[in-house]
Amino acid sequence: MNYFPEEVLEHIFDFVSSNQDRNAISLVCKTWFKVERESRSRVFVGNCYAVNPSRLIKRFPRLRSLALKGKPHFADFNLVPHDWGAFVYPWIDALSKGCPDLEELRLKRMVVSDDCLELLSKSFPNFKSLVLDSCEGFSTDGLAAIAANCRHLRELDLQENEVDDRKVHWLSCFPETCTSLVSLNFACLRGEVNLASLERLVARSPNLRSLKLNRAVPFETLHKILTKAPQLVDLGTGSFVHDPNSEAYNMLKSAISKCRSVRSLSGFLEVASRCLPVVYPLCSNLTTLNLSYATGINGTDLTKMIRHCRRLQRLWILDCIGDKGLAVVASTCKELEELRVFPSDPYAAGSATVTEEGLVAISGGCPKLHSVLYFCHQMTNAGLISVAKNCPNFVRFRLCILDPIKADPTTGQPLDEGFGAIVQSCKRLRRLSISGLLTDKVFLYIGMYAEQLEMLSVAFAGESDKAMIYVLNGCKKLRKLEIRDCPFGNLALLTDIGKYETMRSLWMSSCEVTLGACKLLARKMPRLNVEIINEKEQGQANLDDDRQRVEKMYLYRTLVGRRKDAPDFVWTL
Amino acid sequence: ENTNTTILIVIVSIAFAFHIRQELNICNYSAHPACLCFPYSLSSIISLKFLSVSLTFLCFINLVMNSSHLGVGEEEEGQSTITLPPSGSSAESILGNSSALKEQNYMGLSDCSSSVDSSAISISSQESRSNMNLKATELRLGLPGSQSPERDAELGSPSSPKLDEKPLFPFRPFRDDASCLSPRSVVSSNKRGFSVAMSSFPEGKFVSNPDVNGMLATRSSSSLAFKSGPSKESPADLTTKMKEAASAIAVRERPLGAGENFGKHMAASTHSSAPAPKAQVVGWPPVRSFRKNSLATASKNRGELQGKAGPGGLFVKVSMDGAPYLRKVDLKAYTTYQELSSALEKMFSCFTIGQCAPNVTSGGEMVSESKLQDLVHGSEYALTYEDKDGDWMLVGDVPWEMFIETCRRMRIMKSSDAIGLAPRAIEKRKSRN
Repeated sequence: MNYFPEEVLEHIFDFVSSNQDRNAISLVCKTWFKVERESRSRVFVGNCYAVNPSRLIKRFPRLRSLALKGKPHFADFNLVPHDWGAFVYPWIDALSKGCPDLEELRLKRMVVSDDCLELLSKSFPNFKSLVLDSCEGFSTDGLAAIAANCRHLRELDLQENEVDDRKVHWLSCFPETCTSLVSLNFACLRGEVNLASLERLVARSPNLRSLKLNRAVPFETLHKILTKAPQLVDLGTGSFVHDPNSEAYNMLKSAISKCRSVRSLSGFLEVASRCLPVVYPLCSNLTTLNLSYATGINGTDLTKMIRHCRRLQRLWILDCIGDKGLAVVASTCKELEELRVFPSDPYAAGSATVTEEGLVAISGGCPKLHSVLYFCHQMTNAGLISVAKNCPNFVRFRLCILDPIKADPTTGQPLDEGFGAIVQSCKRLRRLSISGLLTDKVFLYIGMYAEQLEMLSVAFAGESDKAMIYVLNGCKKLRKLEIRDCPFGNLALLTDIGKYETMRSLWMSSCEVTLGACKLLARKMPRLNVEIINEKEQGQANLDDDRQRVEKMYLYRTLVGRRKDAPDFVWTL
Repeated sequence: ENTNTTILIVIVSIAFAFHIRQELNICNYSAHPACLCFPYSLSSIISLKFLSVSLTFLCFINLVMNSSHLGVGEEEEGQSTITLPPSGSSAESILGNSSALKEQNYMGLSDCSSSVDSSAISISSQESRSNMNLKATELRLGLPGSQSPERDAELGSPSSPKLDEKPLFPFRPFRDDASCLSPRSVVSSNKRGFSVAMSSFPEGKFVSNPDVNGMLATRSSSSLAFKSGPSKESPADLTTKMKEAASAIAVRERPLGAGENFGKHMAASTHSSAPAPKAQVVGWPPVRSFRKNSLATASKNRGELQGKAGPGGLFVKVSMDGAPYLRKVDLKAYTTYQELSSALEKMFSCFTIGQCAPNVTSGGEMVSESKLQDLVHGSEYALTYEDKDGDWMLVGDVPWEMFIETCRRMRIMKSSDAIGLAPRAIEKRKSRN
């Protein structure tokens, strides 16, 4: 292939879309590296501090789409202090100067300010798509800027962000000439929106496929929207409480009967059981159903609805569906591929919830299941072994037992054997979260069998350093390891320090690692940033006492050395 | 001091005599013609020999002097166990302990020609090590300083004790106990104190258990004692502190120590304090804060809408014109308007429900017209409620479920006041349909 001209190479590479494959291509030879980098348009940066924007722009001059991830995963659970970092402004600043053709920006767990959004809206004339997931730091002012200035905006997707509501009618800022919207998701906003503007926007967007409303959009508006957008594929309802006898209800009924294309249903942030039957006609075509915010619906009504959803592939639901409800899911939804069961009350112990029976039923009934997130009150080894036998195709398996160190209630044993069966049976497992009472054995199993494992989350598990060493030695493809409240210490941290350069990041909090060990690690590995998050008051903080335990440590590989925007409580060693 | 000097003189004289005798012997052997020069060289030899032997004897005698002064309490050599203020019995035991040790030291040191300082250090390190392994004391006599760096290192790196070795700690010295001379109780308690100090370094997150906090306090004090190292503090201080820690902790320490050896997660068999920290754990369960917040808001909103809805009931205030006080009824306790009206009737003795409910589809909550007319006919009151929009409505219009969800409070008003309501209620009904 060396004799092909570069144009041909480029044409061939165009068929390769996966980022990992393209990374591999770029390693073959200098020519391939050059061709690949000049033709790459989509780049994914898993850790915004691993590389700086100028290097990125230099390497990929034709960048059109950038995905960035900022804070570590455990920031979702309040383990990372608020102003730890992950500011996107430097990126947007650099991109505005070096890459004006940017079309798409996808950010996850980053701090986005209104200035960023304004700069974004004004710097990229072709900007088409903005996806913000779990971000914070901006308000509806920023959204107004985006709406007003991005002429060709196709996608504005706000997933679970913390947005400051400034009572700005940002929806009204979409110019009347804007007709290109394909996807609009503002379900996370808490404030009111101008309903008339919304209806007009929907009316002039013939390409609209995905619309997710927030809680402030009342029931009565829904039918008007659906009448104007019968081509919707993805619908997220707003408030869903109304009198079934009212006119609005009947009108919604008729509007829904005209929506033949809806495949994904979500929302139900505020819902009453008696209103659900109106969406039953949609259920038979649904492939995605997200009822995980619908606290008003009890298990029986949930089950009633799901009986209609025969083609469901993704189901996100609350645990009030119960084990019996999950059995109904198992018998109805034979195409199910992804299931997420969330706790309806995270702190309640013992209320009617799901146990191992539900998961076993699902695994028995749904052969295509490959992704599970399951919050339950108890789990047994036997249950996990059955699940492993029934579903050897798991790619993501995340089990969270609400009591962090609960053993198998039927035998009193730790759950090592159960998880061992999972990793042994599921050869393609890429993501695993374990919980419950666990000893070192489970880590031995993980190290031995989980060859494709890329991300592992561990909490309150293990007995000694050997456990972590098993995992670091055994999982060759491990990219992210996050550990909290486990007795892993310096020996585990320092045994295989070369491993960390093959991984994206390591998070250890409330473990037995000392400051001295972290300093040693930082000294030996200059291409890692070892950050200590110290939350004590400044007077107590002492960088010299090597024997003190480190409460939170986050280390990641990086090409650009220590970051310059670290706050005072973060020490980069 | 005087005795010292006199004895010195005596020794010097003896030594001189001894050497002269030796010299004479040598002279007898030699038949050299230059024996005249011999006395000169011999004298130098004599002086050297004299010096070495006298030094040896000086050391010997110094030690004899110090040991005999033990009862008086000399501080210099660091063997001042008696001066510290432990309890009476422990003082004796310590004394007994230390004297036993001293005997050993005594025997050991007579073999080697170490200086005073090294002997002191070896005593101190010996004593600390005796708490770990008395066998080692005997072995170590030849090399006083060899194992102490290890000990310091072990103490100095509190955070990396091998967890699987920890359970052995309490056991090993116990085995050695049988072979040692010192009283068992003292040694065992010292050992326990030490193992407690060792295991205290990886402190667990025992937030809410006061017992554990107490333990941690004593542990930290003992660990502080250890951190300063035996070389800095007198070993007796160390012993005393360990004793205090040990006594404070009592027997219960043992199972907790074993539990602690498994790190943060305690086996189900250990303390009931284990579940207590659970509620306070940050970031558990791992549910995104966005989701947690929205679920909390949703349930709060539902609660607001339904009045003061607890897990038990849905209480709304009922006021009656002319009544001196209000009442509260639990709407969830009833399933039909009829039940509600009879209950209210009982409460207030005379009232009426407005008019019949027209389009009731979800069956059964309708109060029959005939019955209502009887009531209306028989009394002068009308039952009204305020809905979540703030409007006052006549009770009975809407289906029961909807009534429950929208009713904020109720008022029994005179029919004359209710006349204005009826047409409005009809109007609202019309607009809804």
